[in-house]
Amino acid sequence: MQKLQTPAPWIVGLVVAGLTLPATGGAPHTPGLQGDAARGAQVYAANCGSCHSLDANRVGPAHRGVFGRKAGTAPGFAYSPALHSARFVWDQRMLDRWLQNPQALVPGTRMGFRLGDPQRRADVIAYLRQLSAAAGH
Amino acid sequence: MDKIITSRRSMVGIAGVSVLSAAAIGVLGNVPALARARGKRPGVAAHQGDIDILNVALGLEHEAIEAYQIGAESGLLEKGVLDLALLFQGQHKGHRDALAGAVRQLGGTPVNAKNRADYMVSLNIAAIHNQTDILRLAQAHERGAANAYIGVMPSLGGRDLAQVCAKIAADEAAHWSLLTSALGDKLPGPAFMFG
Ligand code: HEC
Repeated sequence: MQKLQTPAPWIVGLVVAGLTLPATGGAPHTPGLQGDAARGAQVYAANCGSCHSLDANRVGPAHRGVFGRKAGTAPGFAYSPALHSARFVWDQRMLDRWLQNPQALVPGTRMGFRLGDPQRRADVIAYLRQLSAAAGH
Repeated sequence: MDKIITSRRSMVGIAGVSVLSAAAIGVLGNVPALARARGKRPGVAAHQGDIDILNVALGLEHEAIEAYQIGAESGLLEKGVLDLALLFQGQHKGHRDALAGAVRQLGGTPVNAKNRADYMVSLNIAAIHNQTDILRLAQAHERGAANAYIGVMPSLGGRDLAQVCAKIAADEAAHWSLLTSALGDKLPGPAFMFG
């Protein structure tokens, strides 16, 4: 806890380095946190699964292939105007920021759900990434 | 499992489904006051973020109501389980009414339910073959819903609305634990089973 409040300079350095990597870079956004796709699958089922499925649009858009996909482009999903007109691709860093606070990243989005725990964010992102890799995205 | 179902049955007798929606509407007694308090900037725009979040939640309640309806009509549920499903469905209707009321009071338009065919696909009903499948679907849905409400709370503009979400999340968590027990699943050991 203490550590989190007063990060050591080297941690700050790593954060900055992470932020300046190219968007498609594989470096985790939160240093020291390796995402585990298997744990991420469980996080996904418990936390995202009420609104999202991999292959069906529900309250939220279908997720298979979302890692590496342009935001707001799942076929057949009625996005908010805000996400529809977003101009970025979902990568590690954008997903991490999104899951911390979607409305801070894309004001006007309809997703209000936040995943506060950095480890669980890393895990669920690893899971989405693995799915994209498997789908050849 | 039998014990649970029996005790639920007697609870159904006491509570009565018709009482539930009245209680659920009461939950939002403070919302008009809230709308006034936050309405310094007049119009819907001031509340659009809350309206959107509540409408997404309302979509979850529509889906839950339909899932229990599909389960109830399937002919796969034993009487005791059917009673439980209908009790939970009644409470989801209470949540639906409460959320729709809140959306209106904030100046928005509540989303409507989708049609049955859409839910058949989005809930993957084709994979359902027996009572256990239905209980598992309901169990997953209730857990996801509890977590969804907990996860949207920090994004809501007012504590009154967050409290409404907390109340609904508690109902969903109660549903989840009864379904978990009915399925004979173990409860997770660590604290913070939700969120
Ligand atoms: C309460 C419902 C809800 C929950 C829970 C939820 N989401 Fe969403 N999500 C949405 C909605 C609604 C949208 C569409 C937002 C819009 O159109 O502005 C969305 C959009 C997204 C998008 C953008 C997809 C695209 O095609 O651009 C991503 C990524 C996403 N969610 C990830 C997640 C993850 C990962 C979780 C779980 C950790 C999660 N969401 C939990 C409702 C939810």
